[in-house]
Amino acid sequence: MGQTMTEKILSRAAGREVHPGEIAEVAVDLVMTNDITAPISIREFKRTGLERVFDPTKVVFVPDHFVPAKDIKAAEQAKVMREFAREQGAVYWEVGRAGIEHVVLPENGLTLPGQVIIGADSHSCTYGAFNAFSTGMGSTDIAASMALGTTWVRVPPTIKFVYHGTLPEGVGGKDLILYTIGQIGVDGALYAAMEFTGETIDALEVDGRITMANMAIEAGAKSGIFGCDDKTRAWLANVTDRTYEPAESDPDARYERVVEFDVSTLKPLVALPHLPSNVHAADDVGDVRVDQVVIGSCTNGRLSDLREVAKVLAGRQVHANVRCIVIPGSQEVAKQAHKEGLADIFMESGAIWSTSTCGPCLGGYMGVLAKGERCLSTTNRNFRGRMGHREAEVILAGPQVAAATAVLGHVASPAALN
Amino acid sequence: MLIRGRVWKFGDDVDTDVIIPARYLLTSDAKELAEHVMEDLDPDFVGKVRPGDIIVAGKNFGCGSSREHAPIAIKGAGVSAVVAASYARIFFRNSINIGLPVVEAPEAALEAEDGDILEIDTDEGAVLNTRTGRSYSSARYDDYIQQIIDAGGLMEAVTRRVQARLAEERQA
Repeated sequence: MGQTMTEKILSRAAGREVHPGEIAEVAVDLVMTNDITAPISIREFKRTGLERVFDPTKVVFVPDHFVPAKDIKAAEQAKVMREFAREQGAVYWEVGRAGIEHVVLPENGLTLPGQVIIGADSHSCTYGAFNAFSTGMGSTDIAASMALGTTWVRVPPTIKFVYHGTLPEGVGGKDLILYTIGQIGVDGALYAAMEFTGETIDALEVDGRITMANMAIEAGAKSGIFGCDDKTRAWLANVTDRTYEPAESDPDARYERVVEFDVSTLKPLVALPHLPSNVHAADDVGDVRVDQVVIGSCTNGRLSDLREVAKVLAGRQVHANVRCIVIPGSQEVAKQAHKEGLADIFMESGAIWSTSTCGPCLGGYMGVLAKGERCLSTTNRNFRGRMGHREAEVILAGPQVAAATAVLGHVASPAALN
Repeated sequence: MLIRGRVWKFGDDVDTDVIIPARYLLTSDAKELAEHVMEDLDPDFVGKVRPGDIIVAGKNFGCGSSREHAPIAIKGAGVSAVVAASYARIFFRNSINIGLPVVEAPEAALEAEDGDILEIDTDEGAVLNTRTGRSYSSARYDDYIQQIIDAGGLMEAVTRRVQARLAEERQA
């Protein structure tokens, strides 16, 4: 019987053929934590009595959530991680050379087709964009993997998503994944692997695929995955010369179900409070005013996202009642955005241009919301209290809708600017 | 394991941001985290919950962030178990790993009300609601997961493996 790409990767990592539903111990290629989750992982790792992690080249620490440190406690947590990373000789980038984990790891060529990657961050499913099996876990699971170099997984059934049609102008990866979550719900792919396919996906650039894989968790999925094609190989050729072994789904692979979408008339979308599945066309929501717009994050903080935003903001002004915060996904993204003049466009328009951080996405800092405030954000979650006060609201959207909303002061797509 | 406790009932899709908001993720201390458990869903919960109480919820409990602080905060508040229709997978793993009993029993979860007393037998996979007298079966854990539970948590299981390996290496 045929296998899906996810089953093939896990079989390889388990050293035997594995099937959906069974629990398997698999070797991990990369284990990652950040400044919030690492302190628990480190504490738990030390309980094993081991002095060294299984392989320091495969253990990665990224300071990104509350750094540059927002207060003393954040500084202490970052320090615990920094000191352990140095002591272990593990992979670590300091503030000024880093950025958001899910932007930094691919940029450094660490996330490759066919790998098994786990991270103590739920958006670790991002690397499925590169044909890896990647998933988020908690700190203790990561501690166990730092010790053993393996983890256990229940082999997920795969749900195949087939997207048909050419995407209309101004509609991208964020709209595709919001549409999908809106259709299947926030537990529509619970425990499963989402395999993204179809001619729309073939035409989608890698950055759009990253945005989609990133939000697989928002449908309850264990992982989201794409095939490895010429676009993947070209993207990776820019960042690494390492070899890799992609996995392809067999023609007779068994899927839990196959979901087909015609997206040729898809519109720019938003997810209204308080679930990512509360999806509507941006131009159909009526007069929804916003106090803040956040552009960035592991979901939409890449250079291509910022280029889309700059195209909308160039020659325009952020609405007087809106605080627009633009955050590059990494130091590399920031540097390139400066070179291309994007940062100037943002600042001339009245947006602020921050250093790279996860900050506001999770209500950490750099744009926390007051009671009753509303924010449109290119991030990934609009749960109650996610970005600040429990009576604040978060609306999710792609970069173009975010930019248009910043200019108009109410939720809208760029079409509303003309 | 036998667990008996009073019910606090919540709905579907309770996410880890409301279980423990990110603004409190500046510590991994269970007691400190427990002071804010469920705060953004019910600001009074912390004042009401008593050791031994049981959280009951609908589908997809613990969705969202991978923060282990969520089950740590629940356990830190003295909650003896969570009973839900279904769980988000990272939350489920995290709970097993740190020894917070998580019981999957859709009907028991649906029919329980605030203040009910549930009696849970995790070995038998049974849940009894003492108000209604109804008993329900709960999903059994896989053997692999049961081993982690029996060891007292993931790191206890891992530490045993590591220590056994180290002892072998010393002998060799």
